[in-house]
Amino acid sequence: MHHHKPCPVNAKFWTPGVIVLSVLMGVAFITIAARFIGGLGYVTNLSTARPWGLWIGIDVGSGVALAAGGFTTAALAHILGRHYYEPVVRPAILTAALGYTFVVLGLIVDIGRSWAIWKPMFFWNTNSVLFEVAMCVMFYLTVLYIEFFPIVAERFKGNVNFKGFLSNFNGLIDRIITVIDKMLGKIMWVFIIAGVVLSCMHQSSLGSLMLIAPTKLHPLWYTPILPLLFLTSAIALGYPMVVFETTIATSSLKLDSEMEILTPLTKITIWLLGLYGALKLGDMFYRGTYVYLLDGTYQTNSFLAEVLLGVIIPWFILLSKKLRSSRKWLFAASTLIVGGVVLNRINVFIVGYQPPVSKTAYFPSIGEIAVTVGLISTLMFIYRLAVTWLPVLNVQVKEVSDEK
Amino acid sequence: MELNRRGFFKVMGATSALLSAGMGKARAAWVSKAPPDPYGCLVDLTRCVGCRKCEEACNDANSLPPPDIPFDDPVVFETDRRPDEKTYTIVNRHSSGKIDDRDKLVPVFTKVQCMHCQDPACVSACIAGALTKKENGTVHYDAGRCIGCRYCMVACPFEIPAYEYTNPITPKVQKCTFCFDRIIREGGKPACVAVCPVEAITFGKRNILLVLAKNKISDLPAKYIQHIYGEHEAGGTSWMYISDTPFEKLGFTKVIPEPIPRLSETVQHSLFSYLWSPALLYGLLGGIMWTTNKAKNKDKGGSDASS
Repeated sequence: MHHHKPCPVNAKFWTPGVIVLSVLMGVAFITIAARFIGGLGYVTNLSTARPWGLWIGIDVGSGVALAAGGFTTAALAHILGRHYYEPVVRPAILTAALGYTFVVLGLIVDIGRSWAIWKPMFFWNTNSVLFEVAMCVMFYLTVLYIEFFPIVAERFKGNVNFKGFLSNFNGLIDRIITVIDKMLGKIMWVFIIAGVVLSCMHQSSLGSLMLIAPTKLHPLWYTPILPLLFLTSAIALGYPMVVFETTIATSSLKLDSEMEILTPLTKITIWLLGLYGALKLGDMFYRGTYVYLLDGTYQTNSFLAEVLLGVIIPWFILLSKKLRSSRKWLFAASTLIVGGVVLNRINVFIVGYQPPVSKTAYFPSIGEIAVTVGLISTLMFIYRLAVTWLPVLNVQVKEVSDEK
Repeated sequence: MELNRRGFFKVMGATSALLSAGMGKARAAWVSKAPPDPYGCLVDLTRCVGCRKCEEACNDANSLPPPDIPFDDPVVFETDRRPDEKTYTIVNRHSSGKIDDRDKLVPVFTKVQCMHCQDPACVSACIAGALTKKENGTVHYDAGRCIGCRYCMVACPFEIPAYEYTNPITPKVQKCTFCFDRIIREGGKPACVAVCPVEAITFGKRNILLVLAKNKISDLPAKYIQHIYGEHEAGGTSWMYISDTPFEKLGFTKVIPEPIPRLSETVQHSLFSYLWSPALLYGLLGGIMWTTNKAKNKDKGGSDASS
């Protein structure tokens, strides 16, 4: 018999994969240094006509969506009381906390006056969708750290072990952690609900961002229900993202595949993805934008890829119980859904954005790609570090009787 | 993560208070925030001779860096230019398609700068209120509040705000200032208007300029096309144009006649006035959580061991 319990993972840390991540991080670091010496124009292809590029499309737009596993699993396990899904909440919260941290880091690189990032807290413009998104992201990041605290506390409670001079404080720090953890445990429900509410607010508002550009965003994407589409796609993406990362983590760290949790979890996705797909197609027919579908432009092809590969095909895969129970097929379907939502965000922020005067084409520069790749690598590096040191993932713990 | 009875009712109480406040506000329709009697400029494209004195005066008045090509060199007309981070206004040469009595193509010169919209998308978009619409019509930029997110540039339907992409630490959004410091003075005019030798630009109250434009068009209906660009574009702009050549042929952007921020602001305020919908969702989720926890405690007869 095995039973499951979140534990630090006991695996070799400096694997070839981790070394590759470190190199990519180094390249990004150099590029970011260049951006802060030579300006945004030195490393990016941004222009007057194209003020937002890869960093907003992927680091921010997609980053926020991909972190949706955090609030969707928390809602399922803690609010709807499906405690069966508890084991996937911790890694999802970790991914979300890291994801949002990197959204903020990405923004710090992207905005021209990085040092002024605090200003919207004091200079409010409540008409600005971006203002609301920024406030929600700020509060939600705080909530995520609070939700992650018990995991840190579990690791260090009764186990604070500084060496040398700091050892004098071991007892004190231990007591502080214990007290905060106990207090948090009583009021954690406040933060869990707040996390879901804040997520719903800014996941949808991320779509409202482009409502200010009716003459610039391609009609295939410009719709008054853009915020609703962003929200439903983020919710639909939550569990597939959990499958995606759990499968990668458990296979690279050689842990149990968790299929007995992932298969029923994605059964819910049939409904959620179906709702998103129905809204998206319904909106297309209602507004008559299907007339663009066969015009062969790269915008239209990108839209078709997003809907066919990212929604319709994975939806049919998930529909089959047999395929859903197969680790490979489930991973394939989840990867398609994740890719589809990322492509949707890229489409809305980059591909579908048409400068009205200059008609300038945009393709990200090497520097932009290096920073985006490097930030994702750093995120994966820290994830790897966190699961090595903290009780995040479910590690098979053998019963005493199994041991010799 | 215990949600007890008292906590639950506190949440519900706060929810209903916010709900009643928010839903009332949310029902109110979108209202334009345009100033009632702003200044404006009327450009009569049939008068402009392409001397670029306005460019030079603008450069001087705003202490901008010297131009790459001198202001008296007509070679600039070979390419279509746009205002950029060093140039707030430019004059382009287009062809009217007409031929004069010496068989030469008649050029049309167009001056391009910030339109100073009545309900500006950039002002609505700005995360920190660095852009504001002033009572005198100016769309004003305050670098002290700017964080450099460039959402104003995404929002602008005329593709006007430019950015100092080569400044690593303190880049600014750059665009026509409507010579704010000059026009707040009695009798003050924008530098470009004051310098124009052929009076192609008329500065005055927008409402009066509109009457003037309509009179000009109705006095010479054969000369002018029946369109005042800027009267309705983007809900109306402070800068307006009349022309003898269709605006589409002169590089003018086709812009919808509604104020650009209307939809986004309507969505935003009907959802988030007094945070009524987040409060409702919070109460709803709190209710569900309370119910499921109660049911579970009954099943187990114990307290909720939460993580």
